Amino acid sequence: MNVLDKTALLPEPFLRWFASRGWAPRAHQLELLAKARASRCVLLIAPTGAGKTLAGFLPSLVELSAPVRAPNSSRPGASASPAGETHPLPLDTEHRSRQSALLGARRLISTGRSLRREGGLHTLYISPLKALAVDIARNLERPVAEMGLPIRIETRTGDTPASKRQRQRRDPPHILLTTPEQLALILASPDAPYLFGSLKRVVLDELHALVTSKRGDLLSLALARLFTLAPDLGSVGLSATVAEPDDLRRFLVPQQSGTALADLVVAQGGAPPDVTMLDTAERLPWAGHSAHHALGEIYRLIQRHKTTLVFVNTRSQAESVFQELWRLNEDALAIALHHGSLDVAQRRKVETAMAQGSLRAVVATSSLDLGVDWGDVDLVLNVGAPKGASRLLQRIGRANHRMEEPSKGVLVPANRFEVLECTAALGAIADEAQDTLSSRTGSLDVLAQHLLGSACGEPFLAEELYAEVKSAAPYAGLARADFDAVLDFVATGGYALKAYERFAKIRQGKDGRWRVSHPVIAQRYRMNVGTIVEADMLKVRLVRSRASKMIPRGGRILGEVEEYFIEMLVPGDTFVFAGEILKYETLVEDEVYVSRATAEDPKVPAYEGGKFPLSTYLADRVRKIISHREEWRRLPDQIREWLEIQESRSLLPGPRELLVETFPRANKQYLVCYPFEGRLAHQTLGMLLTRRLERARLRPLGFVANEYALAVWGLGDVAQKVERRELSLAALFDEDMLGDDLEAWLAESALMKRTFRVCAIIAGLIERRFPGKEKSRREVTISTDLVYDVLRRHQPGHILLRAARADAAAGLLDIRRLGDMLSRIRGRIIHQALDHVSPLAVPVMLEIGRESVYGEASEVVLAEAEAQLVKEAME
Amino acid sequence: MQAPSAVLPPLDMRGAAQITVAGVAVVIDCAGALYWPDERVLAVADLHLEKGSSFAARGVLLPPYDTAATLARLALVIARYAPRAVIALGDSFHDGHGPVRIAAADRAALVALQRGRDWIWIAGNHDPDPVSAIGGNFVAALAIGALAFRHEPSGEAGEIAGHLHPMARVSGRGRCITRRCFASDGARLVMPAFGAFAGGLNVRERAFADVFGTLGFVAYMLGEGRIYALAAGRCLAD
Repeated sequence: MNVLDKTALLPEPFLRWFASRGWAPRAHQLELLAKARASRCVLLIAPTGAGKTLAGFLPSLVELSAPVRAPNSSRPGASASPAGETHPLPLDTEHRSRQSALLGARRLISTGRSLRREGGLHTLYISPLKALAVDIARNLERPVAEMGLPIRIETRTGDTPASKRQRQRRDPPHILLTTPEQLALILASPDAPYLFGSLKRVVLDELHALVTSKRGDLLSLALARLFTLAPDLGSVGLSATVAEPDDLRRFLVPQQSGTALADLVVAQGGAPPDVTMLDTAERLPWAGHSAHHALGEIYRLIQRHKTTLVFVNTRSQAESVFQELWRLNEDALAIALHHGSLDVAQRRKVETAMAQGSLRAVVATSSLDLGVDWGDVDLVLNVGAPKGASRLLQRIGRANHRMEEPSKGVLVPANRFEVLECTAALGAIADEAQDTLSSRTGSLDVLAQHLLGSACGEPFLAEELYAEVKSAAPYAGLARADFDAVLDFVATGGYALKAYERFAKIRQGKDGRWRVSHPVIAQRYRMNVGTIVEADMLKVRLVRSRASKMIPRGGRILGEVEEYFIEMLVPGDTFVFAGEILKYETLVEDEVYVSRATAEDPKVPAYEGGKFPLSTYLADRVRKIISHREEWRRLPDQIREWLEIQESRSLLPGPRELLVETFPRANKQYLVCYPFEGRLAHQTLGMLLTRRLERARLRPLGFVANEYALAVWGLGDVAQKVERRELSLAALFDEDMLGDDLEAWLAESALMKRTFRVCAIIAGLIERRFPGKEKSRREVTISTDLVYDVLRRHQPGHILLRAARADAAAGLLDIRRLGDMLSRIRGRIIHQALDHVSPLAVPVMLEIGRESVYGEASEVVLAEAEAQLVKEAME
Repeated sequence: MQAPSAVLPPLDMRGAAQITVAGVAVVIDCAGALYWPDERVLAVADLHLEKGSSFAARGVLLPPYDTAATLARLALVIARYAPRAVIALGDSFHDGHGPVRIAAADRAALVALQRGRDWIWIAGNHDPDPVSAIGGNFVAALAIGALAFRHEPSGEAGEIAGHLHPMARVSGRGRCITRRCFASDGARLVMPAFGAFAGGLNVRERAFADVFGTLGFVAYMLGEGRIYALAAGRCLAD
C-alpha cells in the first residue's frame, strides 16, 4: 500500500483536521494505523519531533470515532468486534447519537464470569513520567476537541485523588494515561478483569528508556497480565532510535516457545542534527567536571540564541554551572535551574516559564531528558561527557521540535578525556551509529513484588501464573524452580529454616489458588508498589541562621538531598543547592535545616558520578581515536599535542590492548591502567587489584578511578617485581579475580549492601511505608545492612542475595563489563615502566586530590598539585 | 587497679581494651561485651533475641537467623573469658513472646551457655517480666561492689547500662564510618547493643547528653579486632 492508499484508512474528520492544520499524515503514522487495524503489535521507532505520540494514538482515535456495535460474544473482552472490521464513517452525521451512546447510558453486559461494560476502557497509555502522561493528555485533547470526537481521556497518577480513582474504576474513560506503577496498582485489585476486559490497545511511550530498568521488568509483567485479561489486546511501542530494536519488539508481544516479534515501523529521519564541539580559546582542563573554563563562551552562546537548554550530567554540576552563569550574567538574562531534587513546585514553575518562552536558558540534568515538550528551544548545549551516542542524540533532539529543521547542538567537554569522548560521539552521530542496549534478564525482586500484587487481585494458580510470567520477554527464560523460590519468598520469606509458616503473607486455599492471608497485606502492598528506590532523601528547609542554641523553626522547603550527602557534612559547612550557597545548620528528624550563607565560595561537594557510565560503544570509539593517528586531525591542537607527548614518553595502546604504566612519585609507587570501561567497573577493578597486590606484599595504600583510567598506589615497587619475574601482570589482571576475590570483597562492600537494600525493598521484605504510621522511618525499619550480614552467613543462596548479586553485576559494580574487559585484554597487556608520571596519567592522578581534599584552600591545593604534575609530565 | 585473680591465666587482651569505670578496672571487648576480671563477670546488653520472628509476626519476614547469630557470638565471648557469671542487661528478648517462639536448637544453645555459671536476666523495657523455660535468674537491677548493672541509664556514678544502643560516626577520605561503641566518661558506661538485628543511636543524640551531662565522654568504637577510642565531641552527628 502506498501512502495515498493508506490515507483512505483515515476517516473524513481526521483528513479535514490534518488539512486544517496544514499538515499531511506522515507515512509512519499511516503505516502504524494499518498495522494496528490488522490487530498487529507494533514498535514505532522515530526521532524526536516526528509526531510519534499522535501516531501511537491515531488507531485508537479512529476506532473510537466509529459507531459502537452490539456485543456478539460472551467471552470477556472479545465482545466488541475487532476494530479492523468496523468501517469508520464520517463523524458529523452521526455524531450526536454516538456521543450519547458512548457517554450516556452504558449498558452492563453479563459475560458469564463477571459483568463487563459496553464500551469501557479502550486504550491504555503508559509513560515513564507522570508529567509526560499529563502533558500528552493535554496535547491529545486538542485534536479530539477540534474534531469533535466523543472520546473521554483521563490521566491517573500518584496525584489523582482517591475519589477520582474510585470513579475511574466504576466508569472508566476510553483512554487512560498512566505510569507503570499505577498500572501495577490497578492490576492488583479484584476488579482488574472487569476493568481491562474491554481493552483493545496499550501504548508504551519512551519504551527505550523503560526497558533497561527494573521498571521495565515490572511493566513487562503487567503487560503479560493485560494480554491474559484482554484477549483482543494489541500493543504499540514508541521508541527513540536504538541500535538493535529486536529487544523492544520482543517486549511488546507475549513470548511462547521461540521468540515472537512485534512488527516494526521506522519513521524517516528528519534533517541530520547540526552538532559541533565548542572550539574553546581557553586552556582545556586536565580533570574535573565543572567546565568553568568554558562558561564565558557558554554565556555568549546563550546571548546569541533565543532559548538554550544546557544539559549537564549531575546535580552538583547543574548547581555549579548555574551559579557561575549568574555570576557572568551582566544582562540579567532569565536563566533557570532544573533538576530532580528541586521542590516539585519550583520545577513546575520553571517548566511553565519554559513552555511560555519566557526563559533564555535552563540548566538541567536528565530530569528533562524525556519527551515533555519545551517550546521553542533553538540550541542544546551538552556540558561534560556525552556518555552515550543515543542519549546525546535524544538530548540534542530537544532543539527545534520540528523534523524538517536540523537540531543544533554544541558539546562542551569539561576536560581532556571528555574531548576524546565528545569527538567519538561526533563520529557516531556522523555515522548514524547508536549504542546497543544491553538486554535484561528480569529481576527476581521485581517478580516477588508482582507475585504479591497478583495475590492481592484474583487468587491465582502457580501453574498458570508461571506460564503468564514466562510470556513476558525479560522472564522468558525463568526456570520453574526460581519461580517457586520467589513464590516461597513471598509467602514465608523463603528461608531454609521453615519458621514462618504461621506468619505467611499469602496462602494456598483448598482450590489450590494463592491469595493474601489478610486484607492488611494488600493494603501494605499498595503503599509500597514500585521499583524506584531513591537513596534515602531528606527535605532541605531554609531557616534563619541560628545565633543561639535554639533550633530554628519554619522556613520553606527547597527540595531534597540524599542522606549520604548530608552525612559527609559538619554543621557550618556550606554547599550549593537550589542555586544558592547554603550553610548546614542541623538535622531535625528527616529535615535538613539550612540557612543562607554569606560565603563567596562554597565547600564544593565531591563529584558524584552520574548514573550512566560511558557506553561501551563510545568507549570503543575513544580507544580507536587514541590508537589511530589519522583520527587525531579532528582533535583540537591542545589534545593532539597531549597525545603526541604521551606517545613519545610512554605509548598509546591499540584498541584491544590494555596499557599499564608504573612509576614512582613522592615516595610511593603508582600503577595506572586505562581500560576505558567507566568509573563503576574501574572502582570494582581497583578494589580487586588492591586485594591482590596486598597478597603479593606490595602494600597498596589506595586507588582512584575515573571514567577512563584507574590509578593504584602503594609502597611496593610493582615494576621491579615484574622485572624480576616475581609478579606477572597477566596473572594480576586475570579473570579469576571475579571468583574468590570478588566474593570476599562483596562480603564487606558498602555498594553491595546498598544494592541489597534496594532489592529488599522492591521484593517487599522491608517496607518503605506503613499504613497509619507516618513516624520517622528510623523508628519502624531495620537496617538492611544487618539483615545482609546475617543472611549472607546463614543462607548465602537466598533468593534476595541472588537478586542483589545479579544487580551488582550489571549495576553499581558493573562486574559484567569488567569481565568483558578482562577477557578482551588477555595476552594484550603492555607494561611501560616509567620514571615519572605520563601525560595520559595526569587526569586520573588529579582525582586523588579531589576525592579527599575539602575546605577553603582546596582549590589552591589542587591548582598547585596540578601545576606540579603537569610540569613533571610535559618536561 | 587490682591484680587479676592469681588462679587464672593472664587475660588475652587482643581485640579488647582495659578501662576504668568508677575506679573499677574492666575489659571492653570489640565483640561488644564487658568483662570484669576481679569478679569474673561478663556483661552484654540488648541481645534482642527473636527480633526477626517478632517482625515476622507483624508481616515483615526478616531472616529467622538472628537468634542463632547472636548466641554464636555470645558463645565465642564466653569461651574466651570463661566468666563465673553472665549478666544480660535487659531487652534480651525483643518482645515478651520471644522465649516461646525461640527455636529448639537455639534454646539448647542458650542452655549450654548457662551451664556451670550464674546467669542473670536484668529486666528491660522490651522484656519487663520474668519468664520460665529460659533458665537464669530475673532481677530488676543488680549492684556488685562499686558497679550497678541496670537496663536504662540514669546517669548515676558506677552505672553499667544498655538500652541506648550507642554508635558513633567518623569521617575521613571522603567516607563515613559508623560503628557500635561503648560510651563512658570514666564514672559510668553505656554498652553497645549485642544483638545481630539491634540498630544504633548516634552518641551525639540528646539521650547521651542526658546521661553524661556533657559531650566529655569517649566513644569506644568496635573495630575489626580492636577498639578505637574517640572523643564524643569529635564524632559526627547524624
